[in-house]
Amino acid sequence: MAEKEDRNYEKIVVDTCVLAGTIMIESGSEVSRVNDTMLRIAKNAGLKDPQIYVTVTGIIMSGTADSGAQVGSVDKRSFDLEKVTEVNELSREFAAKKIDINTFYDSLVHIDDLVSMFPEWLQILGAGIVGATLVVVFRNDIHDFWITLAIAALGWIIYYLMGKYIQVKFLSEFLAAVGVAFAATFAVILGLGINSDDIIVGGMMPLVPGIPLTNAIRDMLSGNLVSGIARGVEALLSACALGFGVALVIRFF
Amino acid sequence: MLIFWFKVICVYFSSVGFGLFMNLPHKALNFAGFDGVLGWLIYYWIITPYPAAIGQANFWGGLVVGLSAIIFARIKRMPSILFEVTGLVPLVPGGQAYNFIKNFALGNYSAALNYLDQVILIAGGIALGFIVSELLLKFEQRIRHLMVKRAI
Repeated sequence: MAEKEDRNYEKIVVDTCVLAGTIMIESGSEVSRVNDTMLRIAKNAGLKDPQIYVTVTGIIMSGTADSGAQVGSVDKRSFDLEKVTEVNELSREFAAKKIDINTFYDSLVHIDDLVSMFPEWLQILGAGIVGATLVVVFRNDIHDFWITLAIAALGWIIYYLMGKYIQVKFLSEFLAAVGVAFAATFAVILGLGINSDDIIVGGMMPLVPGIPLTNAIRDMLSGNLVSGIARGVEALLSACALGFGVALVIRFF
Repeated sequence: MLIFWFKVICVYFSSVGFGLFMNLPHKALNFAGFDGVLGWLIYYWIITPYPAAIGQANFWGGLVVGLSAIIFARIKRMPSILFEVTGLVPLVPGGQAYNFIKNFALGNYSAALNYLDQVILIAGGIALGFIVSELLLKFEQRIRHLMVKRAI
């Protein structure tokens, strides 16, 4: 009887670890942090010899030597840093024995209710602000501030809607790049903007894969070679999609 | 001078704006902006007298972003990746990458490769800065560990 209870306890600990790891990778955390968090949860729960294998596309974990392993697959990766923070916070509360393993697991299952996204208009405004301010910082171009705000927001809207309905990330990046470049060129033709190059640079900035690239390098250097290369290829594909989109439009004008 | 202060404000808001669609926790937004400003100020301070030193300027910028991210993460008790991701935004080589693509599309291959060189130099510089800041963190943890051991 006691042995069976042990098995159940171990199962829920392993499930919690795998779920926590999956959420963290899906929300854009680097692999070494995921590894660290999962190990800490397992140690705090009292597992003696947890084995964890984390990559950006899936997680394998086993509790003790003679029990089976649990697999968690990661199908989509986006950025939601509040989820990373929330998992971190829950893990810390678990370590301080404020919550038990069942509460922890329940919170992870319902994490979408715990974490609120910024409203969509605020996200779009954020993208616009990033584009407009970086035009000033990178290009010393104050005159194109407002038009870049509009076009960067437009690029983000295209990216967001395409991501919702097409689910191919690279295609939505490509289409967003085409949209931004077209809009910038037309804005200059209509006299709304002055320098189309600057407007395109600003409009692309919310879409640039700067973070996957840094994550790739850090994964690589922390010894997670598989994840590092996978992330590097992902970043490279995104950059190529954006580049092709812009190049297509520049070729025509 | 006026444009300098305007740029500082812009750097702050670019980091905050990035946090908005990366869904940063509300409490972290302000510090994320400060992190970006700190890194960019170091970068600006080096790049203005030495315009050719883009690699070095970005290395020190990345280092400061990484270090201040670790410090802010300790103050706010949040993962340091929150502040690193947003602090990085003003340093990303967006202009050079665009020039590379444009020249490549128009067939000016030598100019394109020149810009690609700069992109690699900047991205490598930032990444190296981050790595050094993480190394310093590990070093500090090791020293603290040793101190605790000695005290016992």
